[in-house]
Amino acid sequence: MEQKKAFDNIKDGDEIIRVEGLEKSFGSLHVLKGIDQVIKKGEVISVIGSSGGGKSTFLRCLNLLETPEKGKIYFEGVDITAKNVDINLHRQKMGMVFQHFNVFPNMTVESNITLAPTLLGKKTKAEARDMAAELLKRVGLYEKKDAYPQQLSGGQKQRLAIVRALAMEPDVMLFDEPTSALDPEMVGEVLVVIKELVKTGMTTVIVTHEMGFAKEISDRVLFMDGGIIVEEGTPEEIFEHPENERTKEFLSKVLY
Amino acid sequence: MGDIINNLISTWQNYSHLFIQGLGITLVLSLISVAAGCVFGFLMMLLRRSRLSIFSFRPLSFIAGVYIEVIRGTPMLLQLYFFYFLLPEIITFVELSKFTCCVVALCVNSVAYTSEIFRSGIQAVDKGQTEAARSLGLSSTQTMIHVVLPQAVKNVLPALCNEFITMIKETSLASTFFIGDLMSVYRTVSGILFLTIEPLIIVGIIYFIVTFFLSKGVMFLEKKLTVS
Repeated sequence: MEQKKAFDNIKDGDEIIRVEGLEKSFGSLHVLKGIDQVIKKGEVISVIGSSGGGKSTFLRCLNLLETPEKGKIYFEGVDITAKNVDINLHRQKMGMVFQHFNVFPNMTVESNITLAPTLLGKKTKAEARDMAAELLKRVGLYEKKDAYPQQLSGGQKQRLAIVRALAMEPDVMLFDEPTSALDPEMVGEVLVVIKELVKTGMTTVIVTHEMGFAKEISDRVLFMDGGIIVEEGTPEEIFEHPENERTKEFLSKVLY
Repeated sequence: MGDIINNLISTWQNYSHLFIQGLGITLVLSLISVAAGCVFGFLMMLLRRSRLSIFSFRPLSFIAGVYIEVIRGTPMLLQLYFFYFLLPEIITFVELSKFTCCVVALCVNSVAYTSEIFRSGIQAVDKGQTEAARSLGLSSTQTMIHVVLPQAVKNVLPALCNEFITMIKETSLASTFFIGDLMSVYRTVSGILFLTIEPLIIVGIIYFIVTFFLSKGVMFLEKKLTVS
């Protein structure tokens, strides 16, 4: 009950995620070396940086797909790293889209979308189907609703993955390199969907290598390297006037 | 050479009912042990995967691991002897038949192998599937039931059929205790007729035909499953 109340009070511009002193290692590899970050409702944040810099791990820590070793993560006012927290409840409010789509191959397009909302008691079967239809129309996949993922292209799979996450009516969307595994000609169709989503005011954190896209949609850009956020700022600050040497070096090497 | 062929024909004509009966028992034995493997092997796999831990030591998983490794690391014949001698010592209130002791040994053996079949079948499901399901808010149990297991079936089913085929051959070891399976029938017939080669060839042909067509069936099943 208390958690619900905390969420209801959050307005645009209020803090929705707070990360304090986040650290994570894989074996002897220290991937995150202390991240502090406040994400506000409605904000669109891009995380850029070279591979191995900890971007994906940072994102995956936000919904505890990776368990942090140190530090705290508050989501809608609740410390989700605390021991007695039911993380499944909070994950319902955090949609995630993966590099490799991870759509369920054994289910139809429609069932991919309706599974979680019906199973978790958010919607009846009929309501979930209606919503799936509406979401599929939004991303141009309605004709495919009875198809299986195997029959879809990469871009279509990723659009499906996006609406599958949206069907839970999340408060935040996390994108983990959503276009990295796509054929070049399919990148556009997925970016369009994300752009549309961002326009609706969805709080979004996106790890991406699409610099042009990051520049266009973000309110704030984080440049990560060596397990820390080296520099952050508006797209203009980061892309036009980077101050840190590592940021400059990284941006000089990528084409966009 | 002509003798052998004549003997083969007459042996089959006179004792075909025994061979068929033996095959029946062999199939029943294999079926029971694989069926037990399916039920208890699944439970064993759950134990093996259980995360219940006391100071980072996982007792359930450890016990299951020891069981599986010991069974897989010792000969089936030894296990048959073990249960053949052990069970009557422990269970004294009913008289256990030789057949029962062998069935228990075969089941215990099969459970270890099938639990590994389940485990690898589940492991073969892409980790991304679990992550996607969990990120939607599904619990680990819901993820297992609705996302992972339906996909694991595809990997597990052919492997279980192969385990059945293996068991058909392995049960021949139980003939040591003369429990009426196909290999026991060989010993019976060979004793009656004072013939060694001919009944052996007949038994061999029967084993081969059964396992050959079953494994063809499994290949067909595998193909079907990869298409869907």
